[in-house]
Formats: sequence, structure tokens, C-alpha cells
Amino acid sequence: MTAVSFDNVSIIFGEQPHKALPLADQHQSRAEIQDATAQVLGVHNCSLDVEEGEILVLMGLSGSGKSTLLRAVNGLNPVVRGAVRVHDGQEMVDVTSCSGQKLREMRQSRVAMVFQQFGLLPWRTVAENVGFGLELAGQSTAKRTETVKQQLALVGLSDWADHKVGELSGGMQQRVGLARAFATQAPILLMDEPFSALDPLIRTRLQDELLDLQRDLKRTIIFVSHDLDEAFKIGNRIAIMEGGRIVQVGTPREIFSNPASDYVAEFVANMNPLGVLTARDVMEPGTGQQSTDIETPIRELMPLLRHGPLTVMENGTAMGRVTTDSLVARLSA
Amino acid sequence: MDWLTENKIPVGDVAEAAFDWAQDHGETLFDAMAFAMEALIDGILWVLQTPPPLAVVLVFVAATFALHRRWQPALLVLLGFLFILNQGYWEETTESLTLVLSACVVCMGIGVPIGIAVAHRPRLYAWMRPILDLMQTLPTFVYLIPAIVFFGIGMVPGLIATVIFVVPAPIRLTHLGISSTPKALIEAADAFGATPSQKLWKVELPSALPQIMAGLNQTIMLSLSMVVIAALVGADGLGVPVVRALNRVDTGLGFEAGLIIVVVAIMLDRALRWEGRK
Repeated sequence: MTAVSFDNVSIIFGEQPHKALPLADQHQSRAEIQDATAQVLGVHNCSLDVEEGEILVLMGLSGSGKSTLLRAVNGLNPVVRGAVRVHDGQEMVDVTSCSGQKLREMRQSRVAMVFQQFGLLPWRTVAENVGFGLELAGQSTAKRTETVKQQLALVGLSDWADHKVGELSGGMQQRVGLARAFATQAPILLMDEPFSALDPLIRTRLQDELLDLQRDLKRTIIFVSHDLDEAFKIGNRIAIMEGGRIVQVGTPREIFSNPASDYVAEFVANMNPLGVLTARDVMEPGTGQQSTDIETPIRELMPLLRHGPLTVMENGTAMGRVTTDSLVARLSA
Repeated sequence: MDWLTENKIPVGDVAEAAFDWAQDHGETLFDAMAFAMEALIDGILWVLQTPPPLAVVLVFVAATFALHRRWQPALLVLLGFLFILNQGYWEETTESLTLVLSACVVCMGIGVPIGIAVAHRPRLYAWMRPILDLMQTLPTFVYLIPAIVFFGIGMVPGLIATVIFVVPAPIRLTHLGISSTPKALIEAADAFGATPSQKLWKVELPSALPQIMAGLNQTIMLSLSMVVIAALVGADGLGVPVVRALNRVDTGLGFEAGLIIVVVAIMLDRALRWEGRK
């Protein structure tokens, strides 16, 4: 089932966005449009369906429009043309045209957000920040105490409930941001480069924690990232954006093995292949000694290869083999 | 050159006509304002003057301690009041405190809502800034004249003159506080479905609190600086002995009263200083 559907979404910043639309339709670039009309192209004709329970990563360089597109889902950025439909439990609601009241309802109970710079209220305690969304939805203090406690336990901050957020490190602050988003029980989570402001070690740990949580929570997550390694690690599917347009959508494997343009290929060339490739990608005809599954990541294959070539099995049939040479050949290609 | 001097622009006449018109047509309004302010002043004066002076002093000292949880400012307030009692200026001090407190009530009551309103409407603020500048730079004596015309002589015109001079401070500082609320916080509130009033009460006002408290401090200090001028239009208080000393060229009396004003200023500043969030 579709949770969020972008339907030909165009977003333009400026006073007269309609002057810029025809130029965008002629596939002019952002710079050309800005010179001609003084309007800034955010995104142009983006269409994308996000399925319930999946993690979709919007990925691109800064200025590619990924955050702009994300913010259309909860109406933080106004859409000039097109529609963004979000499932509200019963039906798909177009957040670009619904009433202010309906939009607030969606924001309170259907779509939660995590920010790159955390967006926490510094004069409040950790617990008060986590309960912020519930408070805005009108839930009484007594009622939300229990929920807040659970969420803090979930992100491992139970001991910090009564501290001011300023006393926490960046990684802990973003855990508060995550708990605040989880607390509203919203089935759709928007994550705008949530881990980019953190140092690499903490970033990796929070990525792992998010994946752990997602196994149980099964939310629909739209995740913005400029880091392809992060995108490949987290995303079930990835949408790569360039200059306000979506250039390729697919699973990490599809993108890695079949980049749609030079731009995508350049991204892929710079990433760590160990996290993406599996036995399927590095096998050659023939058979080996031990057998291994076709979906085994090559990171796990490498120690096994010391004992000789491996037979690659898919549903009980031998498909080929992996040798040290075949692996090195694929990696250096 | 002759043409220039012969065709004088009638600034004074226009102002006079405007004040005359306001006096003719706004009598009920001015009477109502005078009545409300008089009630406020009498109320505060009654609270400060009815109990024995030492009881009032102890309440101030206790309040200072409760506010700061430190004994130093409380001790300073105690010593200040004892000095005032020693010099025999208790009655004048209570009258001046009344003027300052009522100016605070009126200025914060008007200034904070206006500051919030203009922070949300940048165009309105652009219009308002020259008016605020005018209110702060126009020599105070100039608007004492219509104040007497409208409100007679006494505490009320003194309060009016004080409010006109002081109210730009809380307006400006509230505007500064509200409009410098980090955009990220406003966005977070929006993203979680805040209504405009939730945004104001739960995000903008707490974020602007340090500036609003600075506005309160400014209001108090500026009001205190007006007590001498207020005395010229018949307001009671510490300004009266200063004016009297000036008329009689009485150096001793002038210094005495002036020093008391300084002591009151220091006490109020230390007692009400906003030390930020701990």
C-alpha cells in the first residue's frame, strides 16, 4: 500500500513562481531559470510513490532539492504545481490543498519529522521535549508521561529525562529528536539528514540503532542524505536527485550495478562497494568447494575464500562460483 | 531668503489645533484613562504606605531573596532601605516606587503585546520605528505640556509622560526577542502541528523571555530617570525635593535627594536583574 505519493511535484521559491514553471518545463537548469526570472527552482516534476513500511532515501548533493521535496510531505514547503498525497489511515489526503485544520491533524498524528539541527527547545527538559508533539495534539500531562517514559527507554535516555537538552551531546540530542518523532506514533517519519551533524562514529551507531528500531516499529521512513554509503546502508530504495529533478529510483543494487547517468555513476564510483555487492555480483561460471547463498554480502565472503572457491547457490541450484580473482576483478572494474 | 522666512510652515499651529481637537473630542477617553491610572496609583500607594515601613522593607527583602536564592542582593536591598529610612525619605520613596511600578504595569501591558504584534508584521514595524524614535528623542518637557492640558496636575500626567518616554523600550526588546526566535524551532513546532497561539506561547515567548526581562529592567530604570521630570507636573516622590533644591539653590538637599534616587535605582536593578536560565 502506498503511504506517500508525490505526483508531478514542482516547488519554486520566489514571489512569482508561475513565471518560472514554463522554463522548468523546457528542462532549463536552476541557474538559467534564476537568471531569467529571479525565481529559485526547488524541485521540478518529481513523481514517486513510497510504500508503507519501507525506508526510501532521497539522495543527492546539497542543492539537489532533496530536503525541499521532503518538506512538501508535511507542508513546510508550499507546492506550486502537482500534489503530495499522504495516507491518513482511511484515504489519501492531498496535503497541498487540504484545510489548515486537516494539515495540523496530519502533522500531529500521521507525519513526524526529525531535523538535521535537532530543533529541540533548549529551555525544556529532555522529557518535555519528547512530549512536545503529544502536548501540541492536546494530550494531558498525566497521559503523555507514560508514552514519554517508553520512548526514552527505547532510545536509551531514561536517566536523562529531567536534564535540559543543552547538557546532552549531539548524538544524545538527536536521540531526543528521534524519541520526539516516535512518541506521536505517527506511521510516517520524515528524516532530514538527521545524522549529518554528528561525528562519524556516533553517526554509524545511530544508523544501526535506527535500523534496529525500524525492525520492530515498521514505520514508513523518508530519509534525506547526501552520503551514498548511508543511503545504501539504510534505504530499501533510493531516489537520486540532481538539480531539483529525480534522476534514478531503485534498490541499492539496481543503482550500483546500473547507474542511469554519469552523475549517478560518479556517486557510485566514490562509495564503498563492500556494503552493497553480494555473491551474485562477483560470481563467474563454474563450481567451487563449499557453497554459499547468492545474497551473501562480499564482506562475509572474503574470509571464506581463504579455503578456496565457493559455489553460489540460489534456491538450491548452483548458479556459479566465487574465487578470489573474480572478486578482485569485480571490485577493480 | 525673505520668501523662506515669510512663509513659515505652521508646525506649532497645527500641533495646537490637533491638541485642541483631541481635548474637545476625547474628553471621555481621557477621563476614563485618568480614572484607571489614578485607581492603579492609589492602589499601589495604599499597599506601600499603609503597613509600617519596616514591614514593607522586610517584604521587599524576602521577595529579593526568593527571586535569587542568594543573600547578597537581599542584604543590599535591606541596607538601601535602612539608609532611606535613616535619611527620612520613606514617603517620597514609596511615591516614586508607585510611579515606577505603575509605569511598569502600563508599559509592559502595552509594550509586550505591541512588540509581539509588530514582530509578526515586519511592514508594520517599519512604519512604527520612526514613531518610537520620536517618542524617545522628543524632549520630555514638550509632551508634558499637553499632558497637563489633558490630565491636569499630579501623579497621572507624570505617569503619562513616563509611559510615553519608556514604552518604546519594551516594544523594541519584545520585538527583538520574538523575531529572533530560531527559525528551526518555529519549523519544528509547525512540523508537529502547532496552532499559531501554541507557537506563540510554547515557542516564541519562552525563546524571547530573556529579551522581555531585559525590557522590564529597562522599563524600571527609565521610569526612575523620569521621577524628577514628573515632579515638574506635580507628581509626588523623590523628584519633589530635587526640584525644590534647584529652586532654592540648596546643594545639600539636592545631593541628599539625588543620592536616594541612585540608591533606589541600584536596589531595583540588583533585585530584578535577570540572570538568565540556570
